Formats: sequence, structure tokens, C-alpha cells
Amino acid sequence: MRTNVVGDLYALPDHAFGLKSIIWWGLMGFMMIESMGFVLALGAWVYIRGLNPSWPPPPDAVPGLIPGIVVTVLFLLSEVVNRWLAAQAKKKEDDHAVRLGVTAMLVLGLAIVVARMFEFPQLHTRWDVNAYGSVVWLLMFLHTLHLITDWIDTVVLGAWLYTHEIEPSQHSEVYDNCGYWTFVVVSWLPIWFVVYIAPRVM
Amino acid sequence: MTRPPKKTTGPAPSPRRPKKEATPVVAAPVIAAAADAQLEETWADAPGFWGWLTTVDHKRIARRYLVTAFIFFLLAGLAAVAMRLQLSKPENTLLSPARYNELFTIHGSTMMFIFAVPIMEAVTVFLIPLMVGARALAFPRLNAYSYWVYLAGALTLWIGFILNVGPDIGWFAYTPLSGPEYSAGHRADIWAQMITFTEIAALAVAVNLMATILKMRAPGMTLSRMPLFAWSTLVTSLMTIFALPAVMLASSLLMSDRLLGTHFYNAAEGGDHILYQHLFWFFGHPEVYIIFLPGLGFVSMITATFSRRPVFGHIVMVLALISIGFLAFGLWVHHMFATGLPRLGNSFYTAASMAIALPSGVQIFCWIATIWSGRPVFKTPLLWVIGFIVTFVIGGLSGVMVASVPLDLQLHDTYFVVAHFHYVLIGGAVFPLFGAFQYWFPKFTGRMLSETLGKWHFWLFFIGFNVAFFPMHILGLMGMPRRVYTYPSGMGWERYNQIATLGGVIVVVSVLSFIVNVLTSLRRGVPAGDNPWDAPSLEWAATSPPAPYNFAHTPVISSREPLWEQREVLPIMTGLSTAEREVLVTTPVDAEPDNRQSSPDPSIWPFVAAIATTMVLIGTIFSEWALVWGAVPLTIAFSGWFWPKRPRRGAKQEPQ
Repeated sequence: MRTNVVGDLYALPDHAFGLKSIIWWGLMGFMMIESMGFVLALGAWVYIRGLNPSWPPPPDAVPGLIPGIVVTVLFLLSEVVNRWLAAQAKKKEDDHAVRLGVTAMLVLGLAIVVARMFEFPQLHTRWDVNAYGSVVWLLMFLHTLHLITDWIDTVVLGAWLYTHEIEPSQHSEVYDNCGYWTFVVVSWLPIWFVVYIAPRVM
Repeated sequence: MTRPPKKTTGPAPSPRRPKKEATPVVAAPVIAAAADAQLEETWADAPGFWGWLTTVDHKRIARRYLVTAFIFFLLAGLAAVAMRLQLSKPENTLLSPARYNELFTIHGSTMMFIFAVPIMEAVTVFLIPLMVGARALAFPRLNAYSYWVYLAGALTLWIGFILNVGPDIGWFAYTPLSGPEYSAGHRADIWAQMITFTEIAALAVAVNLMATILKMRAPGMTLSRMPLFAWSTLVTSLMTIFALPAVMLASSLLMSDRLLGTHFYNAAEGGDHILYQHLFWFFGHPEVYIIFLPGLGFVSMITATFSRRPVFGHIVMVLALISIGFLAFGLWVHHMFATGLPRLGNSFYTAASMAIALPSGVQIFCWIATIWSGRPVFKTPLLWVIGFIVTFVIGGLSGVMVASVPLDLQLHDTYFVVAHFHYVLIGGAVFPLFGAFQYWFPKFTGRMLSETLGKWHFWLFFIGFNVAFFPMHILGLMGMPRRVYTYPSGMGWERYNQIATLGGVIVVVSVLSFIVNVLTSLRRGVPAGDNPWDAPSLEWAATSPPAPYNFAHTPVISSREPLWEQREVLPIMTGLSTAEREVLVTTPVDAEPDNRQSSPDPSIWPFVAAIATTMVLIGTIFSEWALVWGAVPLTIAFSGWFWPKRPRRGAKQEPQ
């Protein structure tokens, strides 16, 4: 088949942010999958909650609030820094600010991981005691898996930012990583409510 | 093999980007030839085994997906033959009860997770970039990873079977049978991790296809001009994304109950077995549609080509696909009528189950109208379409029957259900799949399949399938239960079982004729040329088989049937790099050119990452700590995967 040139693509930019970037769409796909995992785990919580007349079932006590509140406050604080970093990355002007922002996110992420370790003893139940314990630990485990995965991801990204030149596509990578961190923060809020508040009010 | 002529007929302004300053380029033939040579070099794989291991070419990976899934189809088919021989007479002792349990488990698990979903994805992974005019999939390395993980999952199941530790709990592994009380050992764990492997692979493909379809369509291929196969793939991908996490959660919680002593499915400690069924069927029902929606896409493409006209009611077809996608998530409870549900629940799910027959029926009528109002050419692919319509309608009608609770309670766990879902799944997926093989084989290989052998294959399969499965309706109505290794004489079931076994043998002969057809056609088939069927969609503008870069230049389209609209001259856009792997990114709705992005080179890291994933998943069968130590190789593998190509810091100013 003969061809007829009707246009040229050379003038198009060779990188893109957000909706315009393919990577962003892939990330969205995986966040949809993981969101579905969270929704179904929360659905399992609702189902098991409906089967148990008291919640938590005796002799389990309600979880202690303090570590969960500390983690939640740290998450919200990190999100402020995270959004600032995303804005810096999108501007593509200040490599120093981007490196600084990623470093700050690493420190905050590590603080959250450490604070998370204090949450588990305060759940006042174990995964193998009863279905309540199982489903509470499930929610905490799923979220911690995301927290640690994204933190390691940020470590690797940070290492490359310090050892390699930053090109426009790396600004886009940082921007996407910020999007994933927002997902980790937002997904925590319903889990925090279900684990800590629901047993007190429902 | 033919390659498209490089001649161009001169520049013209871009029709899609009036605001952006496009720079028309006149490529002289000599320059164009040099550019094509450079493209070949840029998109080529390394030679030999290393190239085989590191390739990220969607076509090579799709071909190995196809071959692997087909081999497992044959193995699962042999398991079915063994069961049919066992049932061909009462009180038969050919198979022991334990072996029979393993066989129906591995048959169902393989057909659903290792054959049906992956083989549909394989065809799709091959076709979609070509059909939308892209040079590659959105995430080529993810695609390679997906294949290796899938292979590891398939081998886990079958090596377990060969070592006599294969699962024996049915393809849906209900608790409490699969739980710690009734399934000691690791048979159930192998099943659960096979699920994890294959679902990771399927999800990776789904994300890849969604991104490719939404962001990499050729300029001009607006959503309203997108081929119906791409629509069915998009809906399937979204369904996969929303459905598969449920089975991963169900099987992971099962593993957790077995390994860690959790109580999700333990009623004594506040859990519930029915929770497993809800999670499983929230996946399991959409899974049926995930399997046959690509088949509906095949049917639409084949019907248009061989009816010599566009599919009747294109927009209605798209709406039907989307509504099936939504409704499929509202039906899962009809698999659980026998568990005892609230009456309102029964009524709702009965109504929803009957409602989904409407969009399915709309599609059937549209295909019939297409053939009726076209100039049908009854080549083998169209025969498969007609076989599909007949079979699928029978399966759909028996589905409407069992959607009714009173009848379902009567027929639950009988052979009527076995007949129903084989009519739906083989009718809805395997008939279109064989039609698709016949239709796209020239694109896969550059050669035509034999029409004569193809017709033998079709008729033997159509007859054999109906002889094998239609009597099962009657057996079910007579009360023969599923999953029993034998039955006493005098029940009146012998004759129908013997007929069914005879049908199974005819199906085997039919599949053998297909294998002979493929093997002989690969060597001696008629060279196909680019578009042997005079088909309208864009994949037929590529060479047969396509070059590693698919298209030398980006095609531009202005109708739903671009190759019928533009029979002589294909409009193209130049400007993508020939020296680096580069793809065009377009806008999701209007497919306007938006930016260029680099596409990854071949890499060993997807393979390494799949090995690391395998270590974690196999390790967790034996110890939960595998999740911890397994994180190390996984982190290394994924870091290698994404290792930056850009210069080290401070090295940017150095001379090149």
C-alpha cells in the first residue's frame, strides 16, 4: 500500500506529565487494582462485623488511639510536603528543590514506618485469635505493604536523583511518585476510621 | 513476507492538529530506505537465546503466550478425556476417586486460569498495538514480565500434579474443603498460589492494554472510530482490573487461614465460609465475561470482513459491551442461590441475571443483521462465527433457565450446569478463538491456514462438541451430580454418558486436525500478503508478519474502516525517531497527537523479576517469612528494570 504524508510529529514534546504521560495511566491502573483490594478488604470487614454481635468480640479490647493518631498526623503532614514536591517537579525548574523534597519525603516516610511499628501492639488483638483480629490485621498489613513499597520506591528514586542528571522525564517520575504517595495517604484514612474509630462508635 | 512500499505521495498539512505547527516532510525514497533500515536496527532483538529471553516485542511475547496456553489447553483436554472415559460406563475403575478429584480440579483450573484468559490476552496483546496503529504496547517490559509469571504459575500447578501433590479441591476451592481442617498438606496452597501467579500476569496485561488503547491510538482514531475488538478489549481490561483482586484476596485469605492460623473462613471464631464464596464469585462471574468478551470482539471483526460491510449497529454494539461490563458485577450471587439467601436477594439476582441476556441478545441480532444485509463469504472464520452464535444462544438460554431460583435449586451441582457453562464458555470463547486463529494466522505467521483442513476442524468440533455436551443437559435433568467419579448401573445414565464420551473423542480428532493444519501451514501454507481477506482494520496495513516496529510511520485514519476507506493510499505522519525506540502518545478521546515518549529496550530484568516473584510465591507456600526475605531479590530486580539510562550526575558536559 502506498503512503501519503499528511503531517509530522517531530515538533511534539518528548515527555509529558499526568494525564498526558503513559506511565501515569499505568500507575492509575495499578492504583485502581489496589483500591479494589482495599475496598474488598473493607467489605470483608463489614461482612465479618455483621456476623459478630460485639465488636471487638471479648476478650479483645478496642485499639489504643495514640499511635494511630500520630501516624495519621504524620501522613497528613507528609501530604503537604508531597504536594509541594509535586508542584516543584511539574515546574521542571529547580533540581535542587526536587532533590530536597524527595529527601524530606524519605525522612517523613521513615518516621511513619517507625510509628506504624508502634501501632500493631496497640491493636490489642492478634491475627490468629478470632476473625476480628484477622480482618483488622489484614487491613493494617495491606496498608503497611503499600507504605513500605512506596518508601522503598522513593529510596531508589532518591538515589538516582542524586547520582544521575535530572532530565524532564525524571521530573515526571517524581510527579508520578507523588501521586502514588497521595494514594497511600488517602487509602489510610478509611482504614484508620475502621480500625480505630468504628469499634468505638459502631 | 512482504513489506509496504516506501513510496510517499507528497506532504499535506495535518488534519488533526490545526493549532500546532506541523512540519511536513518529503521523504525521498533513498532517505526513507535508510530510515527503515535504522528502524529495523533500533527495534531488533539481540540474536539467539539471549534475544529470546530479553525480548519485549509484543508480537513475540504474544506468540509464546499463544503456544504455551494452547499446550496447557491440550493437557487440560486430556484430563477431560480421562474423565469422560472413566464415566463411559458405570462403576468404572479406570480412575481412583482421588485421581478423579485431581483431574477435575486441574481441568477446570487450567481451562479457566491458564488457558482461557491468557490465550484471549495473547491474541489481544498481538493485535491491539497493530489495530490501533502503535509501534508497541504501552509497557513492553511489563508484558514480558507478565508472560514469565504466567508460565511460572502454570508450571506450579502442573508440576504439583505430576509430583502427586496437585490440588484436588475443584477449580473454585470452596472452604471448608480447602481450609486447614480438610486439606492437609500443600495441595490447596499450590492452587492458591497458582491463582496469585496467573492473576498478577492477567492484571499486568489488563493495565497494559488499557493504557495502550486509551493513549496510543493512531491520529484520527477517535473513540467513535475505534474498532469493536478494541472496545471489547477495553471493557475486558477494566473488568479484569475490578474483578481479579477479589479472587486474589479470596485465595490469599485462604492461604493465610492455612499458614498463619487466621480465621476469615472459620465460623467457630467469627468468620464465615460464605465470605469465601462471595469473594470468589465477585470475581468468578465477571471472569466468564472476561473470557468471552474478547471472543465477541473477534466475532465482530470477522463478521464485518466476511459480510463485506461494517457491523450493523456499531454504537449499539459498543453500548452493549459496556452494559455487559457493568451488569456482570451484579450477578455473582446467582452462583450462591443454594447457600440460602434472603428472598429479596434471590429476586434481585434473578432479575439481574436475566437482564444481562438483553445486551448479549442485542449483539447476536446485530451480527445476524450484518450477515443478512451483507454479501457473506462463507470462509472458515465465518463458519466459526455461525457456530458460535448457535452454541452461545443455547448456552444463554440454559443460563436464563438456571437464573430462576427454583430451577437452580433443582439443577444445582448437576450435569445440567456442566452443560450450560460449557456451551457458554466453549461457545462464547473457543468457537470465536478458533475463528480468530483462522482469520489472523496470516498476520501471526505470514502464511494462510488451509481452508479444507479448517472446515474439517470446524465441522468435527461443532458436531463433537454438541454430541459431547448436549446429553449432559439430559443427564442433569435426570439428576446426575457433578464431580462424582462413578455412578451405579441402573440409573439410566449409561447411554448419555457413552454418547458424551463419543463426542469427546470427536473433539479430540477435530483438535488434532487443527494441529496438523497449523504445522503444515507454517511450512507450506500459501504466503498471505498484507491483507489476504481484504479486511478493513488497521492491523492489515502492516506486513505479514509485522516488522518489529509494526509501522514505519504512524498511520492516520478518518473512518471506522480505514482500509476500505483508503484502499490505495494510507495517510501517515512522519517524525517519530528512527534511532531510538519512540512511540506516539495521543489524547484519550479524540486521539490527537500529544507527545512522543521513549519505549523501553529489551531487558533481562522482567525475567529476573519474574524469578524473584516466583521465589516469593513458592516460598510463602512453606513459610510466611518468604515475604520478608523475598523482598530483597524483588527490590533488586525492579531496580534493575527501571535503572536510568541518563548520564551520571556531573557527566552531562562531557563530550559525546
